[in-house]
Amino acid sequence: MSFFFEVLIGGLLAGVMYSLVALGFVLIYKASGVFNFAQGAMVFFAALTFVGLQEKFALPFWGAFVLALAAMVVLGILTERIVLRPLVNQPQITLFMATIGLSFFIEGLAQLIWGTNVRRLDLGITDEPIAAVLERFDMAISSFDLAAALVAGVLVTVLAVFFQVTRVGRALRAVADDHQAALAVGIPLRQIWAIVWSVAGFVALVAGLMWGARNGVQYALTFVALKALPVLILGGFESVLGAIVGGLIIGALEKLAEVYLGPHIGGGIEGWFAYMMALLFLLVRPEGLFGEKRIDRV
Amino acid sequence: MFYREAGQFKTTYAADQALFPIHQDRYAMMVILAIAFIGVPLFASDYWLTALLIPFLVFSLAALGLNILTGYAGQLSLGTAAFMAVGAVAAYNFQLRIPGMPILLSFLLGGATAALVGILFGLPSLRIKGFYLAVATLAAQFFIPWLVTKVGWFSNYSASGVISAQPIEILGKAFDSPQEKYLLVLAIVALLALLAKNLVRSRIGRAWMAVRDMDVAAEVIGIRILRTKLIAFAVSSFYCGVAGALYAFAYLGNVEPDGFNLDLSFRILFMVIIGGVGSILGSFLGAAFITLMPILLDVLLTHGSRAFNLNLEPGVTSMVQLLVFGALIIFFLIVEPHGLARLWQITKEKLRLWPFPY
Amino acid sequence: MSTWKKMAIALFALAGGLAMVVPVAAQQAGTQFMGILGYRVGPYGANGAAFFTGFLDYLALVNERDSGINGVKLSWEECETEYNNAKGIECYERLKTRNETGPTAIHPMSTGITYGLIDKAPVDKIPLITLGYGRTDATDGRVFPWVFPILSNYWDAATGIVKFIGDKEGGSGKLKGKKIVLLYHDSAYGKEPHPVLEAEAAKLGFELKLIPVPHPGNEQQSQWLQIRQYKPDWVILWGWGVMTATALSTAQKVGFPRDKMIGNWWAGSEIDTEAAGPASEGYYAASLNLAGKNFSVVKDVEKFVYGKGKGGDPKLVGTVLWNRGLAAAMYTVEAVRTAQGKYGKKPMTGEQTRWGIENLNVDQKRLDQLGFGGMVPPLRLSCSDHGGSGLVRFQQWEGGKWNPVSEWMSGDKAMVRKMVEESAAKYAIEKGITAGCMKG
Repeated sequence: MSFFFEVLIGGLLAGVMYSLVALGFVLIYKASGVFNFAQGAMVFFAALTFVGLQEKFALPFWGAFVLALAAMVVLGILTERIVLRPLVNQPQITLFMATIGLSFFIEGLAQLIWGTNVRRLDLGITDEPIAAVLERFDMAISSFDLAAALVAGVLVTVLAVFFQVTRVGRALRAVADDHQAALAVGIPLRQIWAIVWSVAGFVALVAGLMWGARNGVQYALTFVALKALPVLILGGFESVLGAIVGGLIIGALEKLAEVYLGPHIGGGIEGWFAYMMALLFLLVRPEGLFGEKRIDRV
Repeated sequence: MFYREAGQFKTTYAADQALFPIHQDRYAMMVILAIAFIGVPLFASDYWLTALLIPFLVFSLAALGLNILTGYAGQLSLGTAAFMAVGAVAAYNFQLRIPGMPILLSFLLGGATAALVGILFGLPSLRIKGFYLAVATLAAQFFIPWLVTKVGWFSNYSASGVISAQPIEILGKAFDSPQEKYLLVLAIVALLALLAKNLVRSRIGRAWMAVRDMDVAAEVIGIRILRTKLIAFAVSSFYCGVAGALYAFAYLGNVEPDGFNLDLSFRILFMVIIGGVGSILGSFLGAAFITLMPILLDVLLTHGSRAFNLNLEPGVTSMVQLLVFGALIIFFLIVEPHGLARLWQITKEKLRLWPFPY
Repeated sequence: MSTWKKMAIALFALAGGLAMVVPVAAQQAGTQFMGILGYRVGPYGANGAAFFTGFLDYLALVNERDSGINGVKLSWEECETEYNNAKGIECYERLKTRNETGPTAIHPMSTGITYGLIDKAPVDKIPLITLGYGRTDATDGRVFPWVFPILSNYWDAATGIVKFIGDKEGGSGKLKGKKIVLLYHDSAYGKEPHPVLEAEAAKLGFELKLIPVPHPGNEQQSQWLQIRQYKPDWVILWGWGVMTATALSTAQKVGFPRDKMIGNWWAGSEIDTEAAGPASEGYYAASLNLAGKNFSVVKDVEKFVYGKGKGGDPKLVGTVLWNRGLAAAMYTVEAVRTAQGKYGKKPMTGEQTRWGIENLNVDQKRLDQLGFGGMVPPLRLSCSDHGGSGLVRFQQWEGGKWNPVSEWMSGDKAMVRKMVEESAAKYAIEKGITAGCMKG
């Protein structure tokens, strides 16, 4: 039984790592209705810029963090200016395609600037099982995972406060509700979009640091987007809370399935299991767990 | 001036409903077909045939399939490569398990198997749509290659899961030279494109477009949504399945199931979007753009840098290539969100007036 | 019509026009042209960049230090495959007619592209050299005359690793009742060692558990929890790309000792261990070649190539994959040299190079002469044996570098050979090939 709980907890903590990536998707979809496939590339770009700066100029953590964040903000503003603005009012699929093009561009740019070398990223958090828990319950719970959960918690709180309390946050919610109505009451749409993309860049940076610290900063970071997609369907594209809860559910069920079901049907089922699960769930509840009901039914 | 339809009178219904009602279009099409069937095999080098034209045709067919689903019936799918895999694996197994099986029939049955699988994965479209559906089709994208790798039977228990396509032989004639393979692929693609062109202007095609434009209204005028959508999934998957079989048999020879990955699905979606959503011509233009553009960029960058003595490192050229490709896609989407097919249409309109615009 | 649209049409027309007149490479007549299918972007870009930089650096060295092979200068062109099968085929078709002699010999550096080329190579008469990857049963050159999986193949690696574990446990007799996990990339590549390891398990009496990791393998929580529950004595890691680094960091996360983990040679480069940081400390890898700069050939490259500013990337010099690229280029060059001995001192065609590879004999003396002594084992090929040594050497990651911890060793060569012949015979029947040696 203790093994079951170990898998469950491990899964939940892995789910937190998925949520970190999913958050970026949600923010942009919420504010601009764009399904931003380039989020994975942004995670890669952010992490690579961070380690690149650290390596090249021997910057301390916060220095590199601030500079990388600045780079993400510039990237966000340029994206709004060059890609999104000319595509206003185009069908969603066109915007989606544009973000795939954007992801090629960002991947090329990142590697052109910093090279293809795989780099180590050290956040100073050890990724080892906590000895006390290991002895007492015979469960390997990594301190790094707990730190990630903490970061995700803080991030969601900050975002929630930002959305609820600040002026910009309220404008964001208005834009998410209805672009035209928001424009009519004098909310500067373009500015809001630039802000949203910058915030998504910030989330990408945080996600990139957490994933990069575990697996090294390399091209494969772009693949984390694929882990986030089922989380999105399950949680709903428009809900920050959904991204967190969806991540936890997907993480836990995926790990349980791989450990208990996988060996009987050949293993390696994680690649599709989350998608299948999300698909079945959608049949029951087409708007996701916390998605907005206005998604038209078929 | 070059493209005037004035003076071309249609006196019968048949003439009015012709595929290419304007003379210029009809002659142009004949010339293109003549070049494709006679000129190209005579003059094109092996490199052009095997490395550019065969994949171009195969991808056109897959893009056509996706365009039927996405462009005409309005259902976004990210699982195209998976349906191609089904077609390839099924054709291989029909060929392997049934002695004396004609290869063309294997291709067709491969397509039919893909159609069945397509219907299965099309079922959720009854409940969900838009991006939710798109992400749901990813389930097919990841599940099918996994299944093919896991179940040894599909690849005839090859240790590595790789499928070695059988040689193509029709009525005792072996199709193994690049010219023969090209002609075979071209004939199949041309036939299926003709079929698609007619299909989309038939009753079922109009039903697809009605569902795409507004499903509630379509339902009100008596279109059965369920049936229409599933037919779209079936037809689309059939095209993709045949494309997958051709991909394995006429192009690569040996395929690993992992080759039918998400990357390929995206590539085909790009062809549809860049070429023109809801356009048969667009599928071909898009396939040409996406298959040829990276190669062109590569050649230009490698030789351009050599010509100007820039001496770029190979790594840099690869990165610049990726960067420019991404930028080009964005550029084309901004300039013409309706795709290359629309650009062609604009050009035609200009040609009609040129050189005497109003 | 807006200016943008005009520009788009113009651009498209221009692109189309340019495509019609694709410029032909600046060919240098009378050189030995090398066609290279490389990859430096994408998920395995870092691995490819290290290997191909080494490869090109050696070619440059031969030109700079020796003025070519017996006076025949080398020229080359690299085509980016992105590790993608379709692009790989396109590159191959593009390069195969370059220069009068063709691309000499192709190193696909990807199992998928190798499979795509196996049927094409005999038709085009271009040999494929697959150094440590590709189709294992191609070692039987009587069925696969054009494919050369030189040095060692995956089955050699698997038996070599079992031998090494046996030595660590105090003799292969001690393996009885031990538990070994194979953690593998769920693809054609990861499935290659299964038959051999299963045969070894049956023979030596250890318990084998196969655990797949789905692509790309950047999250392995459940696999490692399974391992934790199973409590194996050793874990064999068949990883590629990010999967290896993730396996190491996740092993640390669940508290599995890294000095009980052994990777194969594609899971044993600095790219993998440095990404995982301190989690890699103590990890073993079966290697085809040693890392380090302590070989006279590396010193020559630094002097003649990097000294003249013609090198690729000084940071890669001496890494596992860079050294492997160097060695791969060396074997190719030596094969051309061997062919020249028979056909004369001029550029060799693919057919002539094939003969050169098949009759290649790089013994220890020659290796020392070339400055590769100790980095790679001697290699001698023949018609029936396209593989060669079958030797592996184990390295351990300690203190930020790979240190050799064993001599060159091989596992159960007889068993591998028997399985290779069986598998090749099955393929020959499927494809209707009559096995036999080629003349000339």
